Amino acid sequence: MSAGAALAGQVTIQRWDRLSRLFTGVVLLLLVGLTLLPMAYGPATTDKLTTLFVLIILAVMWNALAGFGGLVSVGQQAFIGIGAYATIALSEQGINAYVAVVLAALVAGLIALPTSFLVFRLSGGQFAIGMWVVAEALRLVVGQFESLGGGTGKSLTTLNVYEPAVRQANTYWLALALMAILLTLVLVLLRSRLGSALQAIRDDEVGAASLGVRVTSAKRLLFLLAAVGCGAAGALLVAQTLRVQPDSIFGVEWTAYMIFMVLLGGLGTFEGPIIGALLFFGIQEQFADEGSWYLIGLALVAIAMTIVAPRGVWGTVVDRFAVRLVPIGYRLGGLPEPLPRRDPGGERGS
Amino acid sequence: MEWVNAVIQGILLGGLYALFACGLSLMFGVMRIINLAHGDLGLLAAFMLASLSDAAGLSPFVGLLVVLPGAAAVGWALQRGVLMPSLRAGELAPLIATFGLSIVISNMLLEIYSSNSRSLDSGALETATLKLNDQISIGGLGLLIFGVAVALLVGLQLMLSRTSFGRAMRAAANDADTAGLVGINANAVYAWAAAIAVSTAALAGAFFAMRSSFDPSSGPVQLIFAFEAVIIGGLGSLWGTLVGGIVLGVAQTVGAQADPAYSILVGHVVFLVMLAFRQGGIFAVEARA
Repeated sequence: MSAGAALAGQVTIQRWDRLSRLFTGVVLLLLVGLTLLPMAYGPATTDKLTTLFVLIILAVMWNALAGFGGLVSVGQQAFIGIGAYATIALSEQGINAYVAVVLAALVAGLIALPTSFLVFRLSGGQFAIGMWVVAEALRLVVGQFESLGGGTGKSLTTLNVYEPAVRQANTYWLALALMAILLTLVLVLLRSRLGSALQAIRDDEVGAASLGVRVTSAKRLLFLLAAVGCGAAGALLVAQTLRVQPDSIFGVEWTAYMIFMVLLGGLGTFEGPIIGALLFFGIQEQFADEGSWYLIGLALVAIAMTIVAPRGVWGTVVDRFAVRLVPIGYRLGGLPEPLPRRDPGGERGS
Repeated sequence: MEWVNAVIQGILLGGLYALFACGLSLMFGVMRIINLAHGDLGLLAAFMLASLSDAAGLSPFVGLLVVLPGAAAVGWALQRGVLMPSLRAGELAPLIATFGLSIVISNMLLEIYSSNSRSLDSGALETATLKLNDQISIGGLGLLIFGVAVALLVGLQLMLSRTSFGRAMRAAANDADTAGLVGINANAVYAWAAAIAVSTAALAGAFFAMRSSFDPSSGPVQLIFAFEAVIIGGLGSLWGTLVGGIVLGVAQTVGAQADPAYSILVGHVVFLVMLAFRQGGIFAVEARA
């Protein structure tokens, strides 16, 4: 019997390990805790956490596009804006504003479908800037509608029927629920056969296509999911702030925030963008009052990260300690010693 | 007659967009990099010229003698210091790095110059006009911009097709490794291409600032117009870029003639329609720039 076959007898393919099982338990406990939180803490806390949930959704969606689909977009604010405006438009039709938030996210996905057929004609950097054109065009179109408040924006008045404290708690729960659902969706997608296909596309698009991966439809599905996620984020933002203004909701700053969170946390990992969002949330609390210097600092950190540490905080941790909290790929178990993971290209779900 | 006038003004405006677009097109053609800071770099040059004018009373045309070499140096340093190192992290990393640069430049300008809009005085050209008839007159500045755009595109085309540096650039664009085998230092070629591209952005920024008022947030819009001109005209064709710029310019001025609020939107719509129905642009060609 050859050495290889002897080894093969002991080796098992694992998806889960002790750490990721433990972590899943912790996440479930955390979810229960966060659900009960408004009973103990007031609007000041829930409002901040709502912001955090929105940031996490945005970071995870941008990372799903860029880190797993290889689609760098600087125009995801298009769908944030659609989500926000669709919430207002739908709630004015008599639909409950919270239901409108959920529907608005789906509207963003609906609009993303025809959009994908346009922008998918562009690739790489052209796709990125093509999405920016889409966002700009939408900003101008929305500004033309007097019924949506034109250039000055519009308020979401239908939520005023709730007491402020009740309203803020409701928005918090909705944000928590949407975040949990969307993150689970992304996770399920990445763990599926399609997830492997997507990561193959990201690593080598031509190679993946030659192995029979349906590159375009896989990317389109991801694009739609990211649009729904960004739409949900925009809808939650308007439910939280009760006001929307085209220049800010369609602003390219959103892309700057998304890129910063994802690069800081770790592009192409599931955990990275969440960590990036937590870090960004902390930074925002500290420095957001600094105005343009704050943005300059964020951008400089992002540039430095691409050059010095392109794998981000979490990617660096994974490289060094070979830990994974959320099991997406597979690993070999039963080996005498753990194989060192030296994998500069990203976490591959091989 | 108003509509004829709108078309003529649109053609001239197209010259400015082509001027912005040729640097973007060059960097994409040679390095496969879309420089998202292209518009902001042009705007940076415009603010430098405004400062030179404020501090020393220099005409922007004299100021360009200082600003253009400076822009070339910035382009060279950008390629060497940021874009080349970031390529190690994947081919999309330069895109993210230039997006970061765009944010840095526009917010720096905002800190230094405030958000007030300002303009650049082009001297006698400002009022010089060529009267065609009672209703149509062509501004001297617009004509100059269009002329410079055509001259620059001809110059770039000749450089690429006739000179040994142009040949090295095409070789490095097609296959950097093979170009290296015949003694072409692709990294040096890339750095020069970036220097040329940023200089053209600076020139376009200067003309943009003479033509209309500008503020620190004007950069990204110019980038988007330049990109639309490149895609409408067809990637890889410098003549296509000129035609694309003109199509975009005419779409905007004719749109503005219908309703001033529609000007930019009509331009975007023309771009999206082109994308939907004529993917390769008007001048769809195989060869790269």
